[in-house]
Amino acid sequence: MSDVSQPAAHPPVTDWVNDFDHTDPQWTDDPFPIWEELRAASPVVHTERFLGCYMPTTYEAVREIANDTEHFSSRRIIVRDVRPEVARNAAPPITSDPPVHKPAKQLLLPPFTPDAMKKLEPRMRAICNELIDGFITDGKVDAAARYSKYIPVQAIAHMLGIPESDSDLFINWIHMILELGIKDENKLLQAVQEMSDYFRAQIEERRSKPTDDLISYLMNAKDKEGQPLEESHVLGSLRLLLIAGIDTTWSAIGSSLWHLARTPADRERLIAEPGLIPIAVEELLRAYSPVTMAREVVKETTISGCPVKAGNMVLLSFPAANRDPKMFPDADKVVIDRRENRHAAFGLGIHRCVGSNLARMEMQVALEEWLKRIPDFRLDPAGTVTWSQGTVRGPRQLPFLLGKAM
Amino acid sequence: MAERLKVHVDPDKCQGHARCKALAPELFELDEYGNAHEAGDGTVPPGLEGKAWLAKSNCPEIAIDVIEE
Ligand code: SF4
Repeated sequence: MSDVSQPAAHPPVTDWVNDFDHTDPQWTDDPFPIWEELRAASPVVHTERFLGCYMPTTYEAVREIANDTEHFSSRRIIVRDVRPEVARNAAPPITSDPPVHKPAKQLLLPPFTPDAMKKLEPRMRAICNELIDGFITDGKVDAAARYSKYIPVQAIAHMLGIPESDSDLFINWIHMILELGIKDENKLLQAVQEMSDYFRAQIEERRSKPTDDLISYLMNAKDKEGQPLEESHVLGSLRLLLIAGIDTTWSAIGSSLWHLARTPADRERLIAEPGLIPIAVEELLRAYSPVTMAREVVKETTISGCPVKAGNMVLLSFPAANRDPKMFPDADKVVIDRRENRHAAFGLGIHRCVGSNLARMEMQVALEEWLKRIPDFRLDPAGTVTWSQGTVRGPRQLPFLLGKAM
Repeated sequence: MAERLKVHVDPDKCQGHARCKALAPELFELDEYGNAHEAGDGTVPPGLEGKAWLAKSNCPEIAIDVIEE
C-alpha cells in the first residue's frame, strides 16, 4: 500500500551515477552536464530512489526499451516516490500495453493527422496574436506565463469543445498531477478526481445536445467489437488528451523562445528565412525535448548489455537520448538548420505521441507569429528563469525585455 | 545516368511520425491514422532523390528504405 500522508523531502544528490534523482534542483536547472556524466558511466544507470529506478542514457538503450513491450510495461508512466495500485483505464492508450493498446490508440489517431491540424491552424494563429496583443506594448513580459502556457491549453480546449476560458483550471490540475503529484499522492488524486468530474458533466451535457468536438467523438466511438467505449475509457482518454496536450507543448514553445532570446544569430536567421522554421522546430525539439516517459520493468532482461530487474521503474529519457553524441554530431549544440535529425522527442515505437502533429503545428505557428511581431527580445537581467520539475521540462518563468536593447 | 530510386515504407515499423510527408510530400501518403506509405509504386521522380534520402534519414522508426535500382 502506498503512504499518502506525507510527501518525502529528497536528500540532495552527491553521487549522480549511483544515486540520481530527476527531481533534484540541480537536475531541474541544468540537466545536460548530468546526462553527460551518466552516459560516460554506463548506457543504463540505476538509483535506489523512487523504490528503484533505471535510466538509459544513450539513444540506443532508449530505443531498445521503447520497442520492447514484453519486458517493459506502460501501466506506470511517471516515476514517483510510491507505486500505488494501477487504475484500469488510467489514461489509455498511453498507459496501455499490447494487445489492448492498438485499438485504443487507433481511436485517437484520425483527429490528429497533419491534415486535421491544418484545419486548426487559423484558430492557432488567432490565439497567438490575441495573446501577443495583451502584452506587446508593455515592453516586457513573462513569455512562459503569458504566451507559451496559453497556446496549447487553448488549442486542446478548442478541440475538446470545452471553454478556453477554463484554461487556468486545467493548468492547475496538470501542475498537481505532473509536478506536485510526484511527491504528494493526495494532490494527484484530487486533481484526477476534479478532472473526471468536470468531464463527466461535459459528457452529460452532450447526451442531450451532441456536438462535433472530441468529447462527442469519443462518446460515439466503437471498440473493435462494435460496442461503445466504457465510460471509464472515455474519461481516461479525455484526461490523457488534456494532460498530455498542455504542459508538453507549453514547455517546447517556452524552451524555443528561451533559446532564441539568448541566440540573436538564430533569431535573425529565422526572421530572414521563415521557411527554415519547421526545420528549426525539429532541432529545438531535439535539443530541448520536454518529455521523459517512464516504464516499469515487468520481466528481467538486459539493455545494451546491462541487466535490469523486474519491479524497478525506468526513466525513459528521450531528452537524454537526443543529446547522445553517438547519434547526433555536435549533440550539445543547437544547429538550427540540422537536416538529418532522427530525434526521439515524441517517443519511439507504439507509444509515439498521438499529438505530435498538433505540437509541431503549435510550435511553428507560435514562433512564426511571435517573430513577425516581436523580432527583438532578450532575457530580462532583473528576472529569473525557472524550470519545471519532473516528467516534463520547460521554463515556467521566462522574463523578457521586448524591443531593441538601448 | 544516375540510378533510379524507389522509396518503401515498412508498415510494421511506421508509427506515423509524419516526418516523411513533411519533408517529401511528393513521395509519401498518409492514411486516415496518419501512418505513411509510399506514393504510387514508390518510384522517385528525377530531381527528388535528395528528398528521398532526407526522409529516410529523418524517420525516427527507421521505417523507410531507399532502394537503388
Ligand atoms: S517518418 Fe517514418 S514513422 Fe513517420 S510516417 Fe514516415 S515512415 Fe512512418
